[in-house]
Amino acid sequence: MSVLAIAFYLLATVTVFSGAMVILSKNPVHSVLFLILAFFNAAGLFVLMGAEFLAMLLVVVYVGAVAVLFLFVVMMLDVDFVKLRKGFASYLPIGGVVGTFLLVELVLIVNAVATRGAAAGKGPKVYGPEMSNIEDIGRVLYTDYVYLFQAAGLVLLVSMIGAIVLTLQHRTHVKRQDIHEQTTRRRKDAVKIVSVKSGEGIQIPEDINK
Amino acid sequence: MNIDLTHYLVVSAMLFTIGVFGIFVNRRNIIIILMSIELILLAVNINFVAFSAHLHNVQGQIMAMFVLTVAAAEAAIGLAILVTFFRNRGDIEVDDASMMKG
Repeated sequence: MSVLAIAFYLLATVTVFSGAMVILSKNPVHSVLFLILAFFNAAGLFVLMGAEFLAMLLVVVYVGAVAVLFLFVVMMLDVDFVKLRKGFASYLPIGGVVGTFLLVELVLIVNAVATRGAAAGKGPKVYGPEMSNIEDIGRVLYTDYVYLFQAAGLVLLVSMIGAIVLTLQHRTHVKRQDIHEQTTRRRKDAVKIVSVKSGEGIQIPEDINK
Repeated sequence: MNIDLTHYLVVSAMLFTIGVFGIFVNRRNIIIILMSIELILLAVNINFVAFSAHLHNVQGQIMAMFVLTVAAAEAAIGLAILVTFFRNRGDIEVDDASMMKG
């Protein structure tokens, strides 16, 4: 067994195991941590296939951003997660049947495609010193796919704006400091000299604080 | 023992199945559902990269990058909706989410 095979089986086993633990663990925080482990090992698989750039991208984007986002939300929401697992056993049979059929069909198709398709018998592309994987990607991404690349940036912008719009809340009953209003306040706006008749007092207006 | 395309595709198929299975069994917990979707997209990415590497064509990796972008955007929006839903109802029961309609 070569080193490559050992590395593949190790990474693949951990990926599938942690993927299973994502959906089976009782604590959602553990789920998120297993998700991180799954992505890490998938990145290892990418490295084995020679896609180093995507592997690093997976670690940065998923482990660094998406998984941490999940972790934040899981810890922020005060939810009884035990209650949410109530239907677990009742959905198990139908899920098992669908999952088994899906897996068998997928493996059959995959086997047929891999042994008789266009990629049959070829090894993964090996990058030499004359051209690296990231250069290979860059040459295609910034030429043939430049519009799609810009569109992907637009998608991220829209999602950022959307997330802000969805979660931003204006609190109207909170007093905030308004620097402009403070510095432009003049004596005549704030102070009023009234001559009060002795023994009568004055009526204080309702909007005295405005 | 030689590691070829089939091995990677089978790993991807298993991850995909786990993702679909996770959506079935964790129907009430929307956070786990979102994580299952991430697993499914990871399986798709492994498929893209495996074919890209074995066909010696880098376009598959470009597509995997776009899938990654969309997945990140989807996770951000999904979690934002989840937070808003939690603020409105004080709970994240997906079964009650149909009360939002009409």
